[in-house]
Amino acid sequence: MTKSNLPRLELHIPEPPARPDTEVSFAHVNRGEAGAVRRPDIAEHESNMRDLPYELIRVLDDDNKAVGPWDPKLAPETLIKGLRAMVLTRTFDDRLFRAHRQGKTSFYMKSTGEEAISAAQSMALDKGDMFFPTYRAMAWLHARNYPLTTLCNQIFSNAEDPLAGKQLPILHSAREYDFYSISGNLGVRFVHAVGWAMASAYKNDTKISLAYVGDGTTAEGDFHEAMTFAAAYRAPTILCVTNNQYAISSFAGFAAPERLPFAAKALAYGFPGIKVDGNDFLAVWGATQWAAERARTNNGPTLIEFYTYRAEGHSTSDDPSAYRPKDEAKHWPLGDPIERLKDHLIALGAWDEERQAALEAELKEKVKVAVKEAEAIGTLGQSKPPIEEMFEDVFAEKDWRLKEQLRELKHRRAGDSA
Amino acid sequence: MTENPTTETKRMNMIQALNSALDVKMGEDEDVLVFGEDVGYFGGVFRVTEGLQAKHGLTRCFDAPLTEGGIIGAAIGMGAYGLKPVPEIQFADYILPAYDQLVSEAARLRYRSNGEFSAPVTVRTPYGGGIFGGQTHSQSPEAIFAHVTGLKTVIPSNPYDAKGLLIASIECEDPVIFLEPKRLYNGPFYGRPDEELKTWANSGLATADVPVGHYEVPLGRASLVREGSEVTVLAYGTMVHVAEAGIADAGVDAELIDLRSIVPLDIDAITASVRKTGRCVILHEASRFGGFGGELSALVQERCFDYLRAPIERVAGYDMPYPHAFEWDYFPGPIRLAEAIKAAVEYR
Repeated sequence: MTKSNLPRLELHIPEPPARPDTEVSFAHVNRGEAGAVRRPDIAEHESNMRDLPYELIRVLDDDNKAVGPWDPKLAPETLIKGLRAMVLTRTFDDRLFRAHRQGKTSFYMKSTGEEAISAAQSMALDKGDMFFPTYRAMAWLHARNYPLTTLCNQIFSNAEDPLAGKQLPILHSAREYDFYSISGNLGVRFVHAVGWAMASAYKNDTKISLAYVGDGTTAEGDFHEAMTFAAAYRAPTILCVTNNQYAISSFAGFAAPERLPFAAKALAYGFPGIKVDGNDFLAVWGATQWAAERARTNNGPTLIEFYTYRAEGHSTSDDPSAYRPKDEAKHWPLGDPIERLKDHLIALGAWDEERQAALEAELKEKVKVAVKEAEAIGTLGQSKPPIEEMFEDVFAEKDWRLKEQLRELKHRRAGDSA
Repeated sequence: MTENPTTETKRMNMIQALNSALDVKMGEDEDVLVFGEDVGYFGGVFRVTEGLQAKHGLTRCFDAPLTEGGIIGAAIGMGAYGLKPVPEIQFADYILPAYDQLVSEAARLRYRSNGEFSAPVTVRTPYGGGIFGGQTHSQSPEAIFAHVTGLKTVIPSNPYDAKGLLIASIECEDPVIFLEPKRLYNGPFYGRPDEELKTWANSGLATADVPVGHYEVPLGRASLVREGSEVTVLAYGTMVHVAEAGIADAGVDAELIDLRSIVPLDIDAITASVRKTGRCVILHEASRFGGFGGELSALVQERCFDYLRAPIERVAGYDMPYPHAFEWDYFPGPIRLAEAIKAAVEYR
């Protein structure tokens, strides 16, 4: 049978709303209204919460006030602590990014614009809850006062590198800080977080897990595998999509065609998804607390989409002005997370511009001192962990191959210096 | 200056040569499609696909979601329809989620359907170390592809070969893993990190003179880089240049063979050379145990046993994940190669 009267098929390729040669366009961003989204009881059945992914949970309104049911009602001292973690993250990022330009490290990635998410979650969750981070979550460590010099040593891959030179800068691991080892592969740890949470449930423990993927990574199989496992075993975990609008150069429309909220992906798996303003410290905290309570009370997993914006390049290897308008970051409709928390504290009467300036100066100095200390040990290539470290931890114990190869390398080095 | 596109040449680095190969094939054949993470508007993180979307259109060169399994699976489906997809996997280190699609599907589709379906897919992917990329931007996974029957594995070492081999790969009826040594994208690298780097343009190498039009370098034919009498050195990719440096350091009249593709493998070139020199050193950057050097060593032993005057030497990366800070300790550079060459030549 002929179908000649049908239109010919056409291959659709998604395209972003703006490019370097066009005007910034955030017409698709629906800010909603702060305080407007309901906060269901933690025991609410999933089937009664299917409207939530399509709303944006916000707490801070345009007058810098905290409003609505998701406000965690934190003391000003707690907010100042959060602000400090965020400013420290940004200050540290700026300084270490420069260190890369100066050849002191091989690689760096900034969290700029996304600091509120891991800062608030680091503070909102308990010691012992395990975080399965991405590389844009250093605020978790800064909120828990991870030693800055140690972090610099890792980034410089020097003799005091806590990972002994085995991993790329910034792809950190800090078990004592509940910070799971990062690898360069995307998404893989999303499933680990579910397995970890299943283990905690199996052992009748009280700990929960938290994991991130970016918007782009929701396309990886790992995301869907994690969601399937989390749902089936009602794992006590908080699975988060940090939707910063970009996967290097590709806009989020490749992973969420027609701007479907990433939070809505949870519906098909059978557990709740919520969409939260990721640049709103209070909304991040409130949403995390809700999801954590659900997890701790055997109500199972939650998917949280943190709606945010990657204000800088993907990494030191990227120049975003090649694929998006140069000034796009300035126009992000949900503002800057540090500015918004600062303005809220000022509105509360608990803070002012002088104290903000003093905080920034103090942290700048603190970072400078840490970098100097690490530089004194050495930067990339100037200082290295002992050569034996290269052969450690391949296996729990070295087999004959590694023993022979270490011997060979040492022998050659002895010959070199002779 | 001739107008003939097949003889007009231009100085190109390997990125430009690969880009030219894609451009030529896309111009000749509308069934050639290029896609992958960041390859469309942006032109790829290494710029290999730069300008192709603007020139050939949005549906000919486009971005893909971040799912390597999805990228390769979709490419296989396109190939089954009759297209010639050339997907990019951003780093070879990230190809493993697609391993099932490559091994169980691309490699076997022709066999299991008795020739009804096939997957003429060319998977381009940057591989190898020497750029301080740590364990997820440095690996050399050629052995895990070479082991899979039904897949071809191609590894160029210079701009001229890169373009000619990529065109031949796209035209090939079988799935091809096309490994691009990222350390060589901008210039030759001799394995001496402290040495001043050369670009392809100022390298003085004839292999940077690349025809602007269509030409092919056939798959399965090795290249004799250096003729010699005392020992045969087998290498591919970045290690071809490292081998030249190591041979110079050793001060030995070595014969250097650039394999260019490891499947199909130019067994005749290898056998003829080793039968002539009686000694063989194999060099690769991938870790040693289970590496492709093991297969080469076995083949040489099987086919040249009566001619060998020394044990076959293998020089390779150590048996560990790529160790970021220890890159130059891991990297099998000219010093290690020179030692092995001397050991082979001095063996009595």
